Amino acid sequence: MALLNRLARGLRRNLVVIAGLATLAFLMLPNVVVTVFSFNKPNGRFNYQWQHFSTDAWTHPCGVADLCGSLSLSLWIALWATVGATLLGTAIAFALARYRFRARSSAGTLVFLPMAMPEVVMAASLATLFLNMGVSFGFWTILIAHITFCLSFVVTAVKARVMSMDPRLEQAAQDLYATPWQTFRKVTLPIAAPGIVAGALLSFALSFDDFIITNFNAGSTVTFPMYVWGSAQRGTPVQINVIGTAMFAIAVLCVLVGQLVGRRPRRS
Amino acid sequence: MTAFATTGSNGTDVRLTGISKAYGDVTAVHPLDLSVPAGSFFALLGASGCGKTTTLRMIAGLEEPTTGTVELGGRDVTALPPYKRPVNTVFQSYALFPHLDIYENVAFGLRRRGVKSVRKQVDEMLDLVQLGDYARRKPQQLSGGQQQRVAVARALINHPDVLLLDEPLGALDLKLRRQMQLELKRIQTEVGITFVHVTHDQEEAMTMADTVAVMNAGRVEQMGAPAELYETPRTTFVANFLGTSNLITADVVGTASDDVLLRVSDTKLTLPGTRCTADARVGGKLLVGIRPEKITLTHADDAGTIPDGRNRLTGRIAQSSFIGVSTQYLVDSPAAPGLSVYEQNIERDARLVPGADVVLHWNPDHGFGLDAAQSIDAGTDVVELGTDAREAGT
Repeated sequence: MALLNRLARGLRRNLVVIAGLATLAFLMLPNVVVTVFSFNKPNGRFNYQWQHFSTDAWTHPCGVADLCGSLSLSLWIALWATVGATLLGTAIAFALARYRFRARSSAGTLVFLPMAMPEVVMAASLATLFLNMGVSFGFWTILIAHITFCLSFVVTAVKARVMSMDPRLEQAAQDLYATPWQTFRKVTLPIAAPGIVAGALLSFALSFDDFIITNFNAGSTVTFPMYVWGSAQRGTPVQINVIGTAMFAIAVLCVLVGQLVGRRPRRS
Repeated sequence: MTAFATTGSNGTDVRLTGISKAYGDVTAVHPLDLSVPAGSFFALLGASGCGKTTTLRMIAGLEEPTTGTVELGGRDVTALPPYKRPVNTVFQSYALFPHLDIYENVAFGLRRRGVKSVRKQVDEMLDLVQLGDYARRKPQQLSGGQQQRVAVARALINHPDVLLLDEPLGALDLKLRRQMQLELKRIQTEVGITFVHVTHDQEEAMTMADTVAVMNAGRVEQMGAPAELYETPRTTFVANFLGTSNLITADVVGTASDDVLLRVSDTKLTLPGTRCTADARVGGKLLVGIRPEKITLTHADDAGTIPDGRNRLTGRIAQSSFIGVSTQYLVDSPAAPGLSVYEQNIERDARLVPGADVVLHWNPDHGFGLDAAQSIDAGTDVVELGTDAREAGT
C-alpha cells in the first residue's frame, strides 16, 4: 500500500515530464522503426517483417535501380526551389511590409492562397495550366510548381520579421553614413535573416517531400517521393529506409550544429 | 578627451532658412528661420506634435523639407541624403542595432566611412561613456541608461559637426534623467560640438541648453537664453509653458516717465516700459505677468509695513500646500482669481492659512507685459500634457 502511494506521488510530481516523454516517443516511434528496418534483410520484396540484421543496404544505398537518380533529382529540385522561393518570397515580403501600392492587400491575400488551398486542387490546376500552354512536363514544371507553393511560406516567415523591425534602425544606419545598399546589407538583411532562413528551410523540406503536386506535373520524371510511392506497390527495398534514416540524421545534425553556433558568443 | 583634442573641432553653426514641412494638408512645421551658433547647446522645446522632432529630422536629412534650406557651417546640405551629412542623431528609442554587440554598434559609423583600425577610438569612446566592460554585450542585455550612453557614443565617435538629440532622456526615470542631463552637458562642454536637443521637458531644456527655442504648433514662439525666456516671456504660451505665470488683464491708464500705469478693478499697478514687449496704448488692455515666487504675501493687518513703490493686490488665501522648501498658496483676488504664490519657508507667518485676508506685493521690475489679444491660457494645458508624458515615462 505504501509502495503504491509512493508510486502515485512520484507519478503526480513528474506528470509533465512523463507526458512530454510520451509525446516525444509517439513522434519518434516511426523514425525508430524506419531506422531499425534499414538494418533488416527481408525475405522477398517487402520490408515489413523483421528477419535478421544486415548492413547490406547501408553498404549499397544505390543498389536498387533508379533510386539514387530520383533522390538526386529531388535534392536538385528542392535546392533550386528553395533558392527561387527564398529570393522571390523575400522580395515580396519586403514589398508587402514596407511599401504602399495599389492592390497591396489583394496581393497579400493571393500570396497566402497556395498555403490554404487543398494541394490536390492546386496540383490539378497547375497541370491544366501547363497542358494548355503546351509546356512539356518534367524538371521545369516540377520546379515552377514547387516554387509556387513554397513562396507563401517564405513570404509569411519573412514578412513577420520585417514588420516587427523598427524602421528607425535603418534611419540610424543612414544617419551613420551607410548608403542605402550598406544599410540593407549591414542592418536590414541581418535582422531579417532568421525569417529568411526559416522560410528557406521550410521550402527545402516541403519541396523535397512533396508528392501530390509533383505527381500531377512530373510527366515521366520520377522524384524520390514518387519513386517510394511507385515501389511500394511492387515491393519496398531496404534502401528506402536507409535514405530515410540518413535524411533524418542529417536534419538532426543540422539542428544541433545550428544551436551550437547560435549559442556560442560571436567573439570574445 | 584625446579623441577630440586631435580634431580641434569647435562645432559648426546650423542655419535653417524658411524651412517648412507639410504632410498633405497638415502642416507640421510652418516656415521658420533658426540659427544655432557653433558650439552651443541648443534646445528645441515644445509639447508633443509641435513640430520640434520634424525640424530635427530635417536637419538630419531623414525628412525632406517642403520649402526652405538647411545650412551647416555655411554649406547648403538640403539636397544631401542623411549618409552624406556631417551630423549624427541620438534617437528617442536609441535605435541600437540588435544584431550587433556594443562594440560594433559604436564602430558602425567609422566602418561605413572605411576607417581601418577602429579599436583605439571605440575603446576610448566606450571609456568616455563608462561602458568599457560591456563591449561584447548585446544592446538588449543593457539597462535603459546604458543603452542611452551607447547611443550617444555611437553618434559622438564620428566627430559630427552637429549632434542631434531627439528626446534622448524620455524613457529614463527621473533620477537617471537628472544624472544623464549633467552627463550630456559635461560631454558637450568637453567635445565642443554643437548639440541640438529636442525635448518636451522645460526643466531639462533650461538645465542643459545655452539657448532655448520654444516651439508651438509648428512655429518658434521665442528664442533666447533660459533665464531670458523665463524672466521676460514675450507670449502667453512661453509664460505658461516655461514654469508658471500669473497673468492679469489690466487697462492701460497712462504713462509716467518710463513706466506704464495700469488699473485692475480698483487697484493701480505699474510696469516699467522696458519690461513690456506689447504695444501699450492708453485706453487699451495689457496682460501683466508675474512669476509666483516673485510675489510676497503679507497679512492684511500688516499692510502698513509694505514698502512704497511695490505693486499691491488684495486677496484671500483659498488653498495652501506645504512642499518642504516652500509653501504654495492659491489666492483669490478681486483683480484675478486663483493667483499662485510661492513663499520660501524661512520665517513662516502662522496667520497665512486658507481664509486669511492678505496683500500680494511685488517689485514692478519683476513683472512683464504681454499683448492682451492672445489667449491667456495658451500653454497651460500643454504643461499638464508634458508632465503626464514625463510621469508615464518613469
